[in-house]
Amino acid sequence: MHGINVVELTIVIVLFLLVTVLGFAAARWRRAESLMHLDEWGLGGRSFGSWITWFLLGGDLYTAYTFVAVPALMFGAGASGFFAVPYTVLIYPMVFLVVIRLWSVSHVRGFVTPADFVRSRFDSPTMALLVAITGIVATMPYIALQLVGISAVLKAMGVGGELPLIVAFVILALYTYNSGLRAPALIAVVKDTLIYLTIIVAVIVIPAKIGGWGAIFGAASQKFPSGVILPASGQLGYATLALGSALALFLYPHSITGVLAASNRDVLKRNMSALPLYSFALGLIALLGFMAIRAGTKPIGTDGNTIVPVLFQSMFPSWFTGVAFAAIGIGALVPAAIMSIAAANLFTRNVYKEYLKKDATSQQEAKVAKIASLVVKLGAVAAILFLNPQFSIDLQLIGGVIILQTMPSVALGLYTRWLHRGGLIAGWVAGMAAGLWMVYEIPKLNPDGTVARAHFGGSSFPLSKLGLDSKAAVYAGLLALLVNLVVAVVVTVILRAMKVPEGVDGTAETDYTAEREDPTVRDLPDPLASAPPGTAGART
Amino acid sequence: MATASTPPADTSTAGVAPHRSDRSPWNWLLLIPIVVPLLVPLYNAVDPTLGAWPRFYWLQLAFVALGVGTTSLVYRMTRRSPAERRAAREAIARDAGSTDGGR
Repeated sequence: MHGINVVELTIVIVLFLLVTVLGFAAARWRRAESLMHLDEWGLGGRSFGSWITWFLLGGDLYTAYTFVAVPALMFGAGASGFFAVPYTVLIYPMVFLVVIRLWSVSHVRGFVTPADFVRSRFDSPTMALLVAITGIVATMPYIALQLVGISAVLKAMGVGGELPLIVAFVILALYTYNSGLRAPALIAVVKDTLIYLTIIVAVIVIPAKIGGWGAIFGAASQKFPSGVILPASGQLGYATLALGSALALFLYPHSITGVLAASNRDVLKRNMSALPLYSFALGLIALLGFMAIRAGTKPIGTDGNTIVPVLFQSMFPSWFTGVAFAAIGIGALVPAAIMSIAAANLFTRNVYKEYLKKDATSQQEAKVAKIASLVVKLGAVAAILFLNPQFSIDLQLIGGVIILQTMPSVALGLYTRWLHRGGLIAGWVAGMAAGLWMVYEIPKLNPDGTVARAHFGGSSFPLSKLGLDSKAAVYAGLLALLVNLVVAVVVTVILRAMKVPEGVDGTAETDYTAEREDPTVRDLPDPLASAPPGTAGART
Repeated sequence: MATASTPPADTSTAGVAPHRSDRSPWNWLLLIPIVVPLLVPLYNAVDPTLGAWPRFYWLQLAFVALGVGTTSLVYRMTRRSPAERRAAREAIARDAGSTDGGR
């Protein structure tokens, strides 16, 4: 529609270069003995203090998806897009006590991935493999979603072709190859500074320019049949989506990587109180969708995800638009880096070493981890090049449906070993089948109610399909989890009655409450750093 | 099951590891910010508005404060003694002091 915007592009490139330098410098800082004054930031040692954990987890959990897809959903679907707020409010009190148990047992036993834990806790390499595969498969669309953010920005700047996207990810691949987790942790600080700056300016400048909040909510309430609130039939779906998404988030391997990088239990507890500040920002970002309605913003082509970039362009001077675009782009790099590290660890430790090459040397293992992290990123780039980015949020919701099926083994496993390993496997199979069937059955609807696509159109499953006389819909992941749990319990009871051996618990009760100063607690190997994962800490 | 490659992990931490518990009556407070955001009828309305914001939006954003407040309170009420927390900080500093992670 128009040429390349030179000012915006220059600022984005400069900030991108800054971040790249920072990424490479991160590797050096970690080794420098003389920089111990960085201890309060947690950078001196191998583990992260409160501040850096806040930035790391914040960058990890609130992704480019935040900036691009949530307002796009508000723009397209209205109030139901606001589910991201209750979702990210209830998640922290929910996992407050769970993540500290995971931290403790992992640091006593040297677990780096959720599959490591399941293998040892339930003495089941099979269930561990299922957890690893689920994690990898669910993470891929999540990484792809991050690329959607970058590509929306590039489109708005008038940069054609897919080459810039590929260049951005080559840079990302190179520095995570180099610095492990330190790179995203440092870059997260830059990302957050830019994002908060952008939000503060946006919520002050934009409403003033387009007639105030009254006009914004007024325009939105005219666009949607139920106005700016949920229709009566949408309430159950809203609550179950918020709950199910919250249950899923900390099962993702990248969240667990972020949690395990914390230096002690207190750091995690403090972060569970401080992270909701991001949710507040998320609520304001979501409302950018309504601002776009009032401002009459038109997406580029059919790509709804370009709403926010186009809105910024029409409201801000070019130089500030450049800053905002860089915030979105860098906001995509942080989680993408952590996700690819987490997925690579799953593959190396729980697939490669467990099944493909049991006698792998540490050099081979390190090499495989690095290559796996590259393959994961390439897969994400391929997904964006060959799939319609419009489906990014739905893809991620399907990822949520399947990652939820690891809840009984990973989360309940932290509290009880009552479920039999055979029951867990049966439950996983049943939950996965039910979940995939449900999302297959959900059509994608056009705004006027006609069917755009017959299958995989979302994750909100209408209860009428189960023969219930109701217009309400429920989050498919939650229903699938219910199937999973019922099957797991029934099979457990049967296997117990048949006296099938349940394996040996590789953990002890005291592991779950271990504190940092205990003699049993140790540092975990730094993922993808010079020491390969799996060789240093685990199974000594 | 063939688990020969990794023998059952060493569970002999029993004598070394102190027995602790995360249990506390304060933890029950955590249920409030989990349940309240799920009560959709509580906020699914336009009135009362707050500075042109419908209730649906301002009340849900207010839940952020509810979440922060509750988790902060539970953290403060259940945190360990200053001496124990100092021991944890010293352990972190000790491990940071050696480049191989203190092993």
